[in-house]
Amino acid sequence: MIVRISGEGQFKLPDEDAQRLNDLDNSAVEAVEQGDRDKFKELWDQMLDVVARDGEQLPGDELVESDVIMPPRDISFDEACREFSGDGLIPD
Amino acid sequence: MPGMAGRMSTVIKSKVSRLLDRAEDPSETLDYGYQKQVEHLQQVKKGIADVVTAKKRLQMQSQKIEQNVVKLDTQARQAISQNREDLARVALERKTLAQTELQSLDQQVTELENQQQQLTDSEQKLRTKIEAFRTKKEVIKAQYSAAEAQVKISEAATGVGEEMADVGLAIQRAEDKTEQMRARAGAVEELEAAGTFDDLTQLGPPQDDLDRELNQLGAGAQVDDELAKMKAELGSGEGDRPALEEGEAPAEGEGSGPAKGESA
Repeated sequence: MIVRISGEGQFKLPDEDAQRLNDLDNSAVEAVEQGDRDKFKELWDQMLDVVARDGEQLPGDELVESDVIMPPRDISFDEACREFSGDGLIPD
Repeated sequence: MPGMAGRMSTVIKSKVSRLLDRAEDPSETLDYGYQKQVEHLQQVKKGIADVVTAKKRLQMQSQKIEQNVVKLDTQARQAISQNREDLARVALERKTLAQTELQSLDQQVTELENQQQQLTDSEQKLRTKIEAFRTKKEVIKAQYSAAEAQVKISEAATGVGEEMADVGLAIQRAEDKTEQMRARAGAVEELEAAGTFDDLTQLGPPQDDLDRELNQLGAGAQVDDELAKMKAELGSGEGDRPALEEGEAPAEGEGSGPAKGESA
């Protein structure tokens, strides 16, 4: 699978990571909904770790679509909250 | 994925498909797409220029305040040597306020520098993709039948489109940040205009605004310390001097200074 970290580029990851990322992502959303900053930070770091550990950066001149696009590395808790309160990080 | 990444992906993909929404004639799409990409690159450059402008403004502000810090320090010393502790205290309070502001300005400048670096990196990445697309489109035009070309084009265009949408997000975030800082810089300029950081030669009668600002600082302890240190340095630290007479007008004018205190 191809994962993009917004602002950083694309990474090729083994398909098995999809489930793991998905679980972490869902838990991160729960943490946001519960207003739990620390938990959110922890889960978000874990997601970044998965990409750092298993991911291989794609060459810059490769033109492929990502399967998953993760928010920017330095996403703040407040930005994450906005992400789910209608407007989104990027207003549609 | 319904999570964060899911939402990001959905939004970016819908942006991408809007960016690419023009696919009747493949070769037309290619050229149109390329043109769009180049335009996008211009936007990134503008985004970077905005960040640089905001940074310069903050740097200028910071220089100005730095000069005031030096001036206020000198004035505090002069006031002490003329036994005007009241004036020295005001100068030091203002100096503390200015120093706090300086710190925050420096932090913001650093933040904007990071933004600038990030956008510059993004621009480079997008440039690489666009260049790859330019090469690829010529290959596609030359090698494939219309039907095959369609598939190849849409793949390649999606790859670039995603990068464009992503860079767009980076610019937007940078703009949000510089906007916040601009608002803050404006507020600081208002403070300056109100004389908060000004030197004492312009000190008028006590202003409510100013007093409030100074009180908010809670900088009393720091000012006391500095005052004591300055007095010691200037050799007037005997400590048994009587307090200044109450009810003096704070300042008579600039330059020669009031000669009313006890003459040493």
